[in-house]
Amino acid sequence: MRRGIAATALVATLALAATACGGDTKDNGGDTQSGGELSGTVTWWDTSNDAEKASFQKIAEAFTAKHPKVTVKYVNVPYGDAQNKVKNAFSSGSEAPDVIRADVGWVADFASLGYLDEVPADTVKKVDAEFLPQAAASGKYEGKTYAVPQVIDTLGLFYNKKMLADAGVEPPKTLEEVKTAAAAIKAKTGKAGLYLRGDDSYWFLPLIYGEGGDLVDAKTKTVTVDNPAGVKAFKTARDLVTSGAAITNATDGWTNMQTAFKSGEAAMMINGPWAVADTYAGDQFKDKANLGVAPVPAGSVKAGAPQGGHDLAVYAGSKNRAAAHAFIDYMTSQEVQVQSAKELSLLPTRTAAYEQPDVKSSEMVQFFKPAVDKAVERAWIPENGSLFEPLKVEYTKAITGAATPEDAAKATGVEFRKILKGWK
Amino acid sequence: MAAHTSQSVAKAADVEGPQAPAVRGRSRMTDNRGGARRALATHWYAWAMIAPVVLVLGVIIGWPLVRGVYLSLTDANERNVARTIGANHIEATYRFVGLDNYADVLADPVFLQRLVWTVTWTVLCVSITFALGLALANMLNREFRGRAAYRMALILPWAVPGFVSVFAWRFLFNRDSGILNKLLDGGGISAIPWLDDPTWAKVSVIAVNVWLGVPFMMVALLGGLQSIPGELYEAAEMDGATPWQRFRHITLPGLRTVSMTVILLSTIWTFNMFPVIFLLTRGGPGDSTEILVTQAFREAFVSSPRDFAGSATWGVLILALLMIFALVYRRSLRKQGEVW
Repeated sequence: MRRGIAATALVATLALAATACGGDTKDNGGDTQSGGELSGTVTWWDTSNDAEKASFQKIAEAFTAKHPKVTVKYVNVPYGDAQNKVKNAFSSGSEAPDVIRADVGWVADFASLGYLDEVPADTVKKVDAEFLPQAAASGKYEGKTYAVPQVIDTLGLFYNKKMLADAGVEPPKTLEEVKTAAAAIKAKTGKAGLYLRGDDSYWFLPLIYGEGGDLVDAKTKTVTVDNPAGVKAFKTARDLVTSGAAITNATDGWTNMQTAFKSGEAAMMINGPWAVADTYAGDQFKDKANLGVAPVPAGSVKAGAPQGGHDLAVYAGSKNRAAAHAFIDYMTSQEVQVQSAKELSLLPTRTAAYEQPDVKSSEMVQFFKPAVDKAVERAWIPENGSLFEPLKVEYTKAITGAATPEDAAKATGVEFRKILKGWK
Repeated sequence: MAAHTSQSVAKAADVEGPQAPAVRGRSRMTDNRGGARRALATHWYAWAMIAPVVLVLGVIIGWPLVRGVYLSLTDANERNVARTIGANHIEATYRFVGLDNYADVLADPVFLQRLVWTVTWTVLCVSITFALGLALANMLNREFRGRAAYRMALILPWAVPGFVSVFAWRFLFNRDSGILNKLLDGGGISAIPWLDDPTWAKVSVIAVNVWLGVPFMMVALLGGLQSIPGELYEAAEMDGATPWQRFRHITLPGLRTVSMTVILLSTIWTFNMFPVIFLLTRGGPGDSTEILVTQAFREAFVSSPRDFAGSATWGVLILALLMIFALVYRRSLRKQGEVW
């Protein structure tokens, strides 16, 4: 506490000193919106993957063409470590970025901790009027808007058209069909049917939605992962692996999945639009037409994929907030969204972008748009991102046979209730 | 060597004899009362010299330690500690909860699971590392062609930054494309799920840690070996001692001081070996390779809001365990007449 007082005193002194000797520092902060030109540096932490980052860096740096006095500092932070890095930077304040690309599941968390700057009122109006409503919902916390949606996504079943044709099977619509298709593929080509990612719990979501379940029910404040539908989902995951329909790994899942699918070791995988650019780089997809996408296979109840995506948000402690917000406006503008849809097959969050010829001509976007419209919206609660880690532990245990599906579901429920204090 | 041992025994008896603590305690009290001021007057420069060190140690070790212990007695987390973010200044609202955190951690079966695996991991790693280090040191402690090259090669793991080696091993262990499984496949053996199966993952993390730890053991023990006078071996050989007898009765006692120290150090390092576990398996698959420190990390940094109090509790418990271990170890050494 004493340290708190000392720190406050220090900050106060510094603030006094800064305002006393540098009038123009303040101008960069809040007042510029009314008139003056934006200047300074905007540091952006981007979490896009290896196949996407070059394109985003180019787009981001082009901001300078509109605002010559603003320098954009582009930093790519690998998605896996980003949540922790962002938190470290935000809580210590040193070397913190001005703008972050946040997974939709992180926004409420960061906002609840006081890390995010509210989006200016005129941008909020635009977000509410011109963006897909389910995307806009992810940037809000307790009625206020903290982030602007950049891209939206969901999961689909990627398949190798040629391999499926060789095995004489149609793209499967249910997990039962996946098993029959996998057996046929194995018999004809000796390759695996499905690669099911086993080291990331996001890939568990279609399985639990498929059984009519969900992780939690935010309306009634109930943990639902350990109910019968949840248990069934863990069983299904295990069954896909033991039956030989799917191959999996408990580590390096992303790399192994992409390698297996791109090289034709596996004929199908479940993945999102962010994987398209990387997949096209694979041997099997030199002819882009060989890549097919279908809705995620249904479980015993229905087919369901989670709504994902990324939002852009400004750090509350940023020294250059006006420029940072202007940068976000630019990054979520129609032309930038159309460009990333065209180059990377990423889905725009602006309703009108889907009318653009470049977007309309992208087969992937055309596939994923209806899928996104039907995607299961997750509970936008601060704990959202925290649920994935304990779920991952148990999902991996279940899929590798280290725990029974029943125990895995039960243990996940126990951990969830530790995180969500007071929930049923 | 004999002289050396007896000397240390004598020293031990001298300082740490049965009646030693009483003597030491009394003399300190009587001396200090009148002598403190005089000591300060005559040795003020010595005090002045060590003051910066004491200060720095206090700031970088003492303060965080005290703070950590204090936090473990509160319910502090990321949401209720004081912080200033831009214009927002948030006051601290956490409160003192006494030993509740300790009760929670100790009552949680997870703690016992982690403790059992941490101890297993430490014992296995240290004993295998020590055995290999000793064997290699003995092999290198003789004249042969290319000795320098061998030494360089064996010290290499030490020279490579830890995370680089761990990532390299991760590639080797990869089940689908790793070189280890490619080799096994070539030999007609089916692929081993190195990092995907709880037992194999344990074997893998131990193997990597041993690989990283052997150079230090080897160099330290080699130094110890070279300080054993050659005449002892000559004399023993004259007396007709077999190689095993020479190893058993000259090498091992001669290495005792060195080995006791390296075993203690190695135990403490291994007990807290965060990077190997975290980078190789992230504690997985599931949570099967999670040790106490990685669990403490998980408490503090993985779920949100970050639980500072919970993590501090784990940290204090780890520290307490290591201190108990060091005390017991020291006592057992003292019984054997070793002093360090």
